[in-house]
Amino acid sequence: MALLEVKDLHTSFFTDAGEVRAVNGVSFDLERGKVLGIVGESGSGKSVTAYSIMQILTSTGRIVSGSIKCDGQELVGADENVMKSIRGNKISIIFQDPMTSLNPTYTIGDQLMEAILLHTKRNKQQAWDRAVEMLHLVNVNEPEKRMKQYPFEFSGGMRQRVMIAMALACEPDILIADEPTTALDVTIQAGILELMKDIQKKMGMAIIMITHDLGVVAQLCDEVVVMYAGSICEKGTADDIFYNPCHEYTKGLLRSIPTAGNEGQKLQPITGTPIDLLNMPKGCPFAPRCDAAMKICIREKCESFEISENHTAACWMNLKKAMDRN
Amino acid sequence: MSNENNHSEPLIRVSHLKQYFPINVGFFRTKPLKAVDDISFDIMEGETLGLVGESGCGKTTAGRSILHLYKPTAGEVIYRGKPVKTKADIEEFRRKATMVFQDPYSSLDPRMTVEDIVGEPLDVQKLYKTKEERRDRILQLMEYVGLNSEHAARYAHEFSGGQRQRVGIARSLAVKPDFIVCDEPVSALDVSIQAQVINMFDELQEKLNLTYLFIAHDLLVVRHISDRIAVMYLGHLVELAGADEIYDRPLHPYTRALISAVPVPDPVIARANKRIEMTGEIPSPLNAPPGCPFHTRCPYAVDGCKESMPELREIEKGRFVACHRIEEIG
Repeated sequence: MALLEVKDLHTSFFTDAGEVRAVNGVSFDLERGKVLGIVGESGSGKSVTAYSIMQILTSTGRIVSGSIKCDGQELVGADENVMKSIRGNKISIIFQDPMTSLNPTYTIGDQLMEAILLHTKRNKQQAWDRAVEMLHLVNVNEPEKRMKQYPFEFSGGMRQRVMIAMALACEPDILIADEPTTALDVTIQAGILELMKDIQKKMGMAIIMITHDLGVVAQLCDEVVVMYAGSICEKGTADDIFYNPCHEYTKGLLRSIPTAGNEGQKLQPITGTPIDLLNMPKGCPFAPRCDAAMKICIREKCESFEISENHTAACWMNLKKAMDRN
Repeated sequence: MSNENNHSEPLIRVSHLKQYFPINVGFFRTKPLKAVDDISFDIMEGETLGLVGESGCGKTTAGRSILHLYKPTAGEVIYRGKPVKTKADIEEFRRKATMVFQDPYSSLDPRMTVEDIVGEPLDVQKLYKTKEERRDRILQLMEYVGLNSEHAARYAHEFSGGQRQRVGIARSLAVKPDFIVCDEPVSALDVSIQAQVINMFDELQEKLNLTYLFIAHDLLVVRHISDRIAVMYLGHLVELAGADEIYDRPLHPYTRALISAVPVPDPVIARANKRIEMTGEIPSPLNAPPGCPFHTRCPYAVDGCKESMPELREIEKGRFVACHRIEEIG
């Protein structure tokens, strides 16, 4: 049994303008000790998927249907007390912006200890020791001194380290990282990514890495889920996705980024603009921007095809390929 | 300072440019924040010079003070052999040099239609005689950036990020500039839209013979679009060389660390990549270390590095590096 099983998840936001289907039938499994990357553009539903797992959606958002099982325990429909025992203990999350996710009026130590006292049976002294130990783990220099400082005394990279320390203080099984390095410089980003990899090895937890940066995915992830307009386009190992992409959107994404290899060539952008979630097309959500779109793409949404074990793609082109082969 | 094209005059020559900002450090006491501290480089006509560095290194300030959006503390900008000095020079220069901003969401006035946003520079510089002429020019500009006439009457909020950036670019092209400072023009855009805008910059450069100073922190994007790249650290230029050279064989210890930190979108290369670690964090420009600005984090630093500031020297043809020990560390 996988550590986390998400099945046919649908999450919508009910706004004045209508129902916004942010997540549309997302399914994936996360095994213990693996790093799963969720890639997509803004509005693809990658963050909403994560917030659905944690059930920290804004008041207009709701999980409409589907199932999320953590260690066999169903989370959809679970009451708030159950979720409280899950958040922080079993699943932790770190957010994109380390500048705003810490409370400026409390010391770093207070904030770290709050999380520890809330979720474990430690007393204050033990919580203090644990907090220092965690700061040490995330390579913050002079942790005792830093415990008494306020967030404004920390740089962006250091704050993100504190966030990671806080998220990991109760040894969760799963760490969800929502664009954890997007606000940081490349040199700081590299340090944070290495830190996450190290800690993951030491503590053996699973990570869900949400990002739009394919470079980050290549560096960190074992498995990758590519999302577009609330649905999963393609799912596979990092090597599958980068070296044998089978969905037109994944292919388009890879063609449109500058890499070490396509220097001097023109980039091939994906045409058109991202989809309007209020007016979703009937067929494949990517069809209006897809150069290879066929009639069936516009008419009917594609179920996923199995390309190989653990590699699936929801693109009709694979049916065409299969038929051409036969 | 010499350049690869010694015979031809550079379009823009930046000479010992300094930009300090006074920061209050107590009552009636200020201290200069040296955002840009003595940088010099040439930009040749038709070329794209990339300017990279971490946040706070002064790259945006450099772009702005080249355009005289700030009054430079010292040094000068020479445009086509003529220094930009007096108010008249600056006004003249602004007709030839414009800027594209990072954030397409906040750099366009929400109460103006696209037609007025694009047309405003024409109004300010009085570049038309009749209303028809103005309208025709606006439509031409919009066509350059891939927008059509029906977009003209709409407001900025009706557009996606990529389209807004197109509006911003059309506006910057309105005065027929030959030099554009592009300050992180694609970093707020989605990956699939970035490529559209990058290609557009390329096409416009060819069509209108533009020269760009392309400021960005995404090194792969900068490498893709630039002919040469300049690397800044704490207000100083530390390296300047051809885009591929700097990427394939960075020389300055800071550039080496910076390039090695770039996440490459290729799992096999990424797994093999060895990052060069820098110790510590970037110092505050208010308390910049004496000597070489990078010595506090440099793995090769020796005592001499703390004493004097290394000059930006041409160590190979067209390669400028500011490091005392560059010959020794090889």
